Amino acid sequence: MGRYVIRRLLLAIPTVIAIGFVIFAILDLAPGDPTSNLPLNIPPETREQIRRALGLDQPFVIRWLKWMQLMFINEPLHMIESIFNICIGDCENRVRIVSWAGRAPALDIIWGRLPQTLWVLGTAFIIGILIAVPTGILSAYKQYSWFDNVGTFFSMVGFSVPTFFTGLVAIVIFAVNLRWFPSIYDTTHHVDWTDWNSILIQIKQMIMPVAVLSLFNAAALTRFTRASVLDNLNEDYVRTARSKGLGERPVVTVHVLRNSMIPVVTLIALQIPGIFAGAIITEQIFRINGLGALLITAIGQSDVPMVQTLTFIFAVLIVVFNLVADVTYGLLDPRIRYD
Amino acid sequence: MSTTQERLDVEQAATATPERYRSLRSDVWRQFRRHKGAIVGLALMAIVVFAILVGPFLWGGDGVTPDTLNANKTPSWEHPMGTDNLGRDVMARVLVGGRISLAVGVTAMVVGITLGTSVGVLSGFFRKLDGPLMRLTDLFLALPVLPLLLVVMMLFREPLTETFGQNAGIFLLVVSIIGATSWMTTARVVRGQVLTVKEKEFVLAANSIGTRKRNIVMRHILPNVLSPVMVAAALGVAQAIITESALSFLGLGFPPSFPTWGRLLFDAKDYLPTNPWRVIWPGIMISLTVISVNFIGDGLRDALDPKLRSKS
Repeated sequence: MGRYVIRRLLLAIPTVIAIGFVIFAILDLAPGDPTSNLPLNIPPETREQIRRALGLDQPFVIRWLKWMQLMFINEPLHMIESIFNICIGDCENRVRIVSWAGRAPALDIIWGRLPQTLWVLGTAFIIGILIAVPTGILSAYKQYSWFDNVGTFFSMVGFSVPTFFTGLVAIVIFAVNLRWFPSIYDTTHHVDWTDWNSILIQIKQMIMPVAVLSLFNAAALTRFTRASVLDNLNEDYVRTARSKGLGERPVVTVHVLRNSMIPVVTLIALQIPGIFAGAIITEQIFRINGLGALLITAIGQSDVPMVQTLTFIFAVLIVVFNLVADVTYGLLDPRIRYD
Repeated sequence: MSTTQERLDVEQAATATPERYRSLRSDVWRQFRRHKGAIVGLALMAIVVFAILVGPFLWGGDGVTPDTLNANKTPSWEHPMGTDNLGRDVMARVLVGGRISLAVGVTAMVVGITLGTSVGVLSGFFRKLDGPLMRLTDLFLALPVLPLLLVVMMLFREPLTETFGQNAGIFLLVVSIIGATSWMTTARVVRGQVLTVKEKEFVLAANSIGTRKRNIVMRHILPNVLSPVMVAAALGVAQAIITESALSFLGLGFPPSFPTWGRLLFDAKDYLPTNPWRVIWPGIMISLTVISVNFIGDGLRDALDPKLRSKS
């Protein structure tokens, strides 16, 4: 198992570097000038100085290596320092990736926005799993029953209708017409856990985005869980278990579920980075001030360092959770380890 | 151990002429018809395609000329889907917008499927290319697609619109980037199929009579990997329509003069309190199209699976 994990880890490193290169190259080699958004009354020589200060006069390779140094050495070091409250080397003067628009280190801004995204999307993700897994299992166990038919139909619909439509419809119905929930998520609302009213406000503003997203997440996962359980229900070992006189409950819970949950668990791990990508759209619908909204504003302001950092973080999340999925698969299913 | 009777039965079955010739296509169609969702999907899709191709001529409203006196009207006989904030007829805009949305979906799918099939066949057939191409596929699978699409849209919008004109430039950009980020699953599936097919006896036979590699791939291997490609193509259209709508919905897709369904949603979302109807129509159209395409894909998957088909 140890060797398997190490091999996966070693494979992940070149992937991260290659993705970093792609992201850097796309943003760096794109036509257009980063100083083009500055006021027009800046004289050309000052503009040239600004370009030099940004390091734009240096060759591509040098810029890429410097970016790698910032991304892979300086930022992780800073993170370690702030977690353990220590100082490694020259921590006062360490260069960091600074957002052009925010005038602060990009990672600090991202760190500040993270809770908003996690609050809504994390809750939606967990609720989605809680809906999808039981529905999928029951659907498969009672294949072609009315429950299965209704479930399959709704998961197909839920998985086809995009969140930017269901979200808007939810706003029309529950915010505009019924006035039950606010249509805009107030990120400045501070939840005071001793004050019932403040908790209620938070719950009220979370209901719509969480409901829309969790139903969407649940739809795909239900289909997958159902397929996985169905695969196992028709296996020979299930027939053996039944024929040796085992009750229906142990057959399903001990034999079938244990085996069919392996791919489901990995799929859940693989979906986690997707939460953050989904944030881009959901946050736009409900005006949540999280990571997705940050990316959209950064793109609008041509804030290259911010866009690079955010996109790179999304990419690293994908690689990390792919790794997590691989390792859990190896842990749960011994056959996988020796490939 | 087979008894004489059984052997006789088998011989009889082998020599007996079939009552009616059953082609693969008719078998697939018969199985496809059993899938209720797929048939409903096909019918819905036909209606949507008919509406957006013929609808604009039948309906006659132009959806371009502003008529501010009739702005933000709720649905009526004159304007079945109401009017927008400039008094333009929403139905005309939805019908015309559908053409672009579907065109983007189909073209992007063709780009993605062509790329995916080529990569899959190349890496499955030529052992030397397998390693590098599969690493490339893994790399693409690890890219954060939506953020990258947004970034590319922002960066390359202006240069492309300058060279190809506004509408053609954006169309090319959207189609090529959606295609370029959606080929990976097809490539993997096709590669797996090619790996099994190329070990089959008929490929060996073709090889031994001196068929050229090109012809082996085109005549013998490609037709045998077509089923998963067709399923991937159906699902690819749905995915491409959703991605395009998402880009337009985030304001980074088509310009307002070029209304796709996603763009119509994006424009309508700022008028939710005054005119909620505007959101409903393009949203319903996107959802209907995607649902029907997904159902068709499901039906195709069942129909093209020989294991399922032989049971019927």
